[in-house]
Amino acid sequence: MKHAEVADVEIRLLLEGVQQIYGYDFRDYAAASIKRRLTHWLAESAFDTFSQAQSRLLREREVFESLLRGITVNVTEMFRDPEFFRAMREQVVPFLKTYPFVKIWHAGCATGEEAYSMAILLNEEGMAGRYRIYATDINETVLQKASEGVMPIMEMQRFTRNYQKSGGSASFADYYTARYDRAILSAALKKHIVFAPHNLAVDGEFGEMNMVLCRNVMIYFKPALKERCLRLFDSSLLPGGFLCLGLKETLEKRQVGEHYAELSPPLRIYRKRYG
Amino acid sequence: MARSFQAVVIGVSTGGVSALAKLLGQLPAEFPLPILIVQHIGPNAGSGLVKLLGERCLLRVKEADEQDEILPGTVYLAPANYHLLVEHGGFLALSADPHVSFARPSVDVLFESAAEVFGPDLIGVVLTGANFDGSRGLRTIKERGGVAIVQDPADAEAQQMPQAALAATGVDYVVALNGLAALLQELASQCATSPRQRGGRDD
Repeated sequence: MKHAEVADVEIRLLLEGVQQIYGYDFRDYAAASIKRRLTHWLAESAFDTFSQAQSRLLREREVFESLLRGITVNVTEMFRDPEFFRAMREQVVPFLKTYPFVKIWHAGCATGEEAYSMAILLNEEGMAGRYRIYATDINETVLQKASEGVMPIMEMQRFTRNYQKSGGSASFADYYTARYDRAILSAALKKHIVFAPHNLAVDGEFGEMNMVLCRNVMIYFKPALKERCLRLFDSSLLPGGFLCLGLKETLEKRQVGEHYAELSPPLRIYRKRYG
Repeated sequence: MARSFQAVVIGVSTGGVSALAKLLGQLPAEFPLPILIVQHIGPNAGSGLVKLLGERCLLRVKEADEQDEILPGTVYLAPANYHLLVEHGGFLALSADPHVSFARPSVDVLFESAAEVFGPDLIGVVLTGANFDGSRGLRTIKERGGVAIVQDPADAEAQQMPQAALAATGVDYVVALNGLAALLQELASQCATSPRQRGGRDD
């Protein structure tokens, strides 16, 4: 048997052990990406092989925590896919404004860039005080970072360009304070966001949401777990609510697909039908 | 050697649009293998390249979607701002993970994941480009027993990427762009005449 195949066996055993001992099930994650992330984690760790890592992983919670941090980090940016945020501003917000109060679930929020982007957009559209964003992630380390609302200053130029392309017309620099190499987001943005841990593989729904965003998270899942997530989102959403996916994700061929109409076809903004 | 090639993967950057148009234009509609391509593109590039290449060749050209089944005679282009990967079972996957070799999509990511799945039944091709992406992936393809082809740097619009690939690994063929379609057809036809015997390899 070749080295590469041995690594595949080791990964299967490792994920099985992790599931049994810690309850986190990564066997439903798409194999190619999880293997890349695991291999990256291994290279940064003190272990030479997954077998060698396994003994301590299964016995020492902190070793597992480092693995968990390593393999569940999703990267994102503020106003990622500016055209999506433009459509949000122009086509979705007019509907949201008709409600006295709007609840939004941002599933898989990672370090919070998109949740903060949404807060900027809603504040600019006059909805400050009339919405709450529940931003969740499986990885509590990224959630901690998200709730701090501190970003590397060197990213701000790119985020500013995204913001402007998305139709933002205020001065983006007004949304943060520069401190050395960091940008600290303003308190007005944090006020309406609640960060909380949530594992899409095992945890339950969030009730009566007007909008659910889950962009570029389910692309890492196998089909069965994708279906589970979509059922979860579907049961969380009110009729007339919006479901937003990544630009390369679609409800085509999905069980819940018939409950939705695509509002803005290439941008993966779906609206839940009434009845 | 009795092989049964299952896919061609191509990595290309600077100068890629015209190189791909030329290469794909020379392949017949009945070319039997799927072709997976990473062409470096900006994060907000639309689907213009798919349309352009589709108009210039007889093969079916599409932007890769997650969970696409990898079909023969079809060209899959990595979408802007996502890595393209191959999953066991012959399906495509996408990832929004950080840039690899300064690129997303990255040639290395495609090549490494394809080598995992197809092993010796894979043909990897590095074409023109002004960076180093693809060389590590081509080395992995060779390590897994696949076939490595590099565009002759003297023939490439940008030499750096083919040169880096040649420096990283021994390759099976160094060819000018003009000869590449014929070479791919010849390799593909070898596989068509040899039985699909997955157990018959020297592993």
